Amino acid sequence: MGNYVARRIFATIPVMGVVAIIVFLMLRLSPGDPAAIIAGDHATSDEIAEIREHLGLDRPLLEQFIRWLGQLVSGDFGVSIYMEQPVLGLILERVEPTLALAISTMIFAIALAVPLGVIAAWRAGSWVDQTIMALSVLAFSVPVFLIGYGLVMGFSLALELLPVQGFVSISEDPIGFLQHILLPTVALGLVYTALLARITRATMLETLNEDYIRTARAKGLAEPRVLILHALKNASVPIVTTIGTGLALLIGGVVVTESVFAVPGIGRLTIDAVLQRDYPVIQGVILVIAGVYVLVNLAIDLTYSLLDPRIRY
Amino acid sequence: MKTFFKKAVVLASLTMALSSMAEAQVPAATRANTLKVVVHANLQILDPVWTTAFITGRHSYLIYDTLYAANSRFEPKPQMAEGHEISADGLVYRIRLREGLRFHDGTPVRAQDAVASLRRWMARDVMGQQMAAVTASVETVDDRSFEIRLKERWGMVLDALAKPSNPAFIMPERVAQTPPTTQVTDTTGSGPFIFVREEWRPGNRVMYRRNPDYVPRQEPADYLSGGKRALVERVEWLYIPDQNTALAALNSGEIDYFEAPPLDFIASLQRNRNIRIVDIDALGTAGLIRPNHLYPPFNDARARQALAHLVRQEDFMRVVVGNPALYSKFCGSFFMCGSGNGTEVGSEPFREPNVERARQLFREAGYNGEPIVVLQPTDRPQYNAATMVLVQAMRRAGLNVDVQAMDWSTLLSRRASRNNPYQGGYHIFLTTHGGPTTALPPSNTWFNTRCDRANPGWACDEKLVELVADWSRESDAATRRPILETIHRRAWEVIPYVPYGQYTQPVAVRANVHGVLAAGIPVYWNIEKR
Repeated sequence: MGNYVARRIFATIPVMGVVAIIVFLMLRLSPGDPAAIIAGDHATSDEIAEIREHLGLDRPLLEQFIRWLGQLVSGDFGVSIYMEQPVLGLILERVEPTLALAISTMIFAIALAVPLGVIAAWRAGSWVDQTIMALSVLAFSVPVFLIGYGLVMGFSLALELLPVQGFVSISEDPIGFLQHILLPTVALGLVYTALLARITRATMLETLNEDYIRTARAKGLAEPRVLILHALKNASVPIVTTIGTGLALLIGGVVVTESVFAVPGIGRLTIDAVLQRDYPVIQGVILVIAGVYVLVNLAIDLTYSLLDPRIRY
Repeated sequence: MKTFFKKAVVLASLTMALSSMAEAQVPAATRANTLKVVVHANLQILDPVWTTAFITGRHSYLIYDTLYAANSRFEPKPQMAEGHEISADGLVYRIRLREGLRFHDGTPVRAQDAVASLRRWMARDVMGQQMAAVTASVETVDDRSFEIRLKERWGMVLDALAKPSNPAFIMPERVAQTPPTTQVTDTTGSGPFIFVREEWRPGNRVMYRRNPDYVPRQEPADYLSGGKRALVERVEWLYIPDQNTALAALNSGEIDYFEAPPLDFIASLQRNRNIRIVDIDALGTAGLIRPNHLYPPFNDARARQALAHLVRQEDFMRVVVGNPALYSKFCGSFFMCGSGNGTEVGSEPFREPNVERARQLFREAGYNGEPIVVLQPTDRPQYNAATMVLVQAMRRAGLNVDVQAMDWSTLLSRRASRNNPYQGGYHIFLTTHGGPTTALPPSNTWFNTRCDRANPGWACDEKLVELVADWSRESDAATRRPILETIHRRAWEVIPYVPYGQYTQPVAVRANVHGVLAAGIPVYWNIEKR
C-alpha cells in the first residue's frame, strides 16, 4: 500500500508539470493585458507600456516561464500583479469558505441522496421511485443561480430568516456560519443530490438483482439489513467515486454559487483573476485545483480497498 | 515538498486565526456604527498614482487628503492648504499648510511631504504632466510652506491641484519618494479614515476606521471641499459582483449604501420606503464613441463627422439607461452639460441624425465599403448596449461593420494597439467619462489631441492643442470664455470623439443613512446612521 501511495504521488509530478506548461501558455497566448487594466481607463499607451515593462511582461515568453518555474520549485507561487501580495496567501484566505461550502454541500447531498436512491431502487417502478426520479431530474435541470435567487427571495427577503450574502468563519461565530452557509449549501446541494440519487438508484438496482441478495433475503434477514449492509455496501464503489469527484469539482467549480451568495471563495478569486488577467493568481489557483484533483482521486482509489476487500494495491 | 505543505497549513491556520481575532476585537456598538457599502469594483491597487482606476481614487479620498478641493461650483478651495499667495507676475505660487495636520502614524504633515507627493503625481497624471511642463521647480520654503515656480503663466495650477479625478493626494515624504512606476504599499495618509490593512480581504471586503486625530476644516462640507467630518466609526466596503445579490442585501438591510445600483431598478427602488435614491453627481457620466484617428476612414475628419451624423443620443440613452429621468435627450458639449464650461457651440448640425449627409461625408473621406472594426465588450452591459445601438445605426446607413466581441480586459489591451485594424487594431470602441475633470479642456483625457501622446484612438489636432494651452494660460473666466467657444467649434469640426449622451448614476441608501454628500463621487464623511 505504502509503495502504491508513493508511486501515485510521484506520478503527480509530471502531471503537474504538464498542467503548469499548459496553463502558462494558454494564459500568455490568449488576448488581454494586465498592464492596460492596471493603468485604468484614462491611461495613455506610453503609461501602459511603462507598467508592462515594470511587471516584466515585455520579456520573452521563455524567460518569463523559466522565472515562474524557478519560483514554483522553491514553493513560491509568485505575487499577484495587482495586489502585490503572495499568491499562496491569497489562495489560503479563500480556502475556508470554499472548503466549508464544498463539505456542507456534500454532507447535505449524501444525507438526502443516498436514502432517496436506495428507496427508489427498493421500490423501483412504483410511484415513490417515479416521484424521486422526477424531482431529481428537476433539481438537475434548474440552474443553480435560479435556485439561489429563489431561496434568497423566500428565506431572506420574504421570511427574513437567513442572510442574503456573505460568509462567517466557523471559528468566529458557529451560529452565524450556519446561517450564512445554509442557503448556498441548499442551492448547490440540490444538483448534487439529484446526481447522487440517480447514481445510487442505478447501482443499487444492479446489486439488488445479485444472487447474494436473494440468498440474504432467503436466510430471513430483515429488509433494512439486506439493503444497507449487503446491497448498499456492495454498490458503494461508484457512489464513492461520484462523491469524490463531486467534492473535487466543488472546490474548483462553485463560481456561480459563490457569486450569487457573495461567498469569498476560490471560485470568486479565480473568476476575478481571469477577468483581470492576473497571471500569477490564475496559475497558482489552477495548480492547486489540479493538485486537489490528483489527491482526491488517490483518496478515492484507496477507499475502494476498504469497501471491497477484493481490491488490493 | 513536505516543508511546503507544512508551511501552507501553518499559514492557513494563522490567516484564519488572525481574521477571527480581528473580528472578535470589534465591539458590538462599533459594528452598529459601521457604514456597509457595496462598491462598484474590487479594490486591489492601493496607489492612486500607479493607476487611474476609479475604485483606487475613491479609496484614496478616504485615507488621504488633498491640498485643494473643488466645491459645488467646481472652484478650487483650500483643503490641507491654509491659503496661498501668487506673485504679481503669476509665476510663483506659495502655499502654506494648515496647522495641526497629522499623518495616521502621528507624524506631522510637512511641506516636504507635499512637495514629494506633488513631484510623484506630476510625473504620472495627465494634468500633472501638463503642470510639470510649465513648472520650473517645486521647493520647500519651511516646514509648512512650499513654492511652485512656473516657467510661464499657467492659470490651471489650483484647478489641477483640486481636480476631483486623480488629484495629488498627499503622502508622507518617505512613501512619496517611491518611483512613480512602482506601486506604493504603505497606506499612511492624513485623511479622515484609516485603512485597516489586517481586515482587508481583496475581492471581498475593505475596512476603514475613523481617524480620531483628523482636524476637519471649519467650513461645512461642500462637494469635495470643506470640513470632512467622519461621523461613523467604520466604513466597510463589500465587493458583491452580482448586482441582484447586492440589491437583495440592500432590501434586507444587510448593507446601507449601494454605490452603483443598476439603472433599470432605480424606479422600483424609489417605491421602497426603506430606501432612498440620492443623486450625488450633478454632472453625471458622458458616453463617447472613440474612432481610431490613425487609420482610414477615421483619419479623415469628414468620416468622424459622418459618424457623428449617425448618432441619435436619445436612442443610446433609452437602451443604456432606460429611465428618462436619468438622462438628457441631447448634450452637445465635450465638457459636460451643466458645468461652467458646458457650451454646446458647434454641435448644431449634429442635434439630429442625418444619414444622407453621413453617407456623403463617408464617400468624400474615401470610404468604399471596407469593413469597419468595432470592439464590443460583452461583459460591460452598458457599453455593450451602446455599442449595439451604434452598430445598428452604422449598418442602417449601409456601412460594412465587423463587430468583434470580447471581454473588457481584452478590449483594454486591444484598444492600446496601434496596429492596422485588420491586424489586431480597431476602428471604433466606446467608453464613458464624466465629472468636473472632464469639464476642463486640459484634464479631459479623451479630448487630448496630442497625436502620439494622446489616449488610445490617438486624436490629432495641433490647433486644438494650442487653443487648450491658450485657455489654460488664462485664469479669468471672462477671458477664458471666448477661447472655450473657439475650442468647442474646432472640436465639432475635427471630432476627437463623438459624444453619445449624458446621464446620472445615483446611489441607493437605506432610509436611516443621512448626510450623503453630492460630491460627484461617493465619499463617506458627513454620513451618519440614525
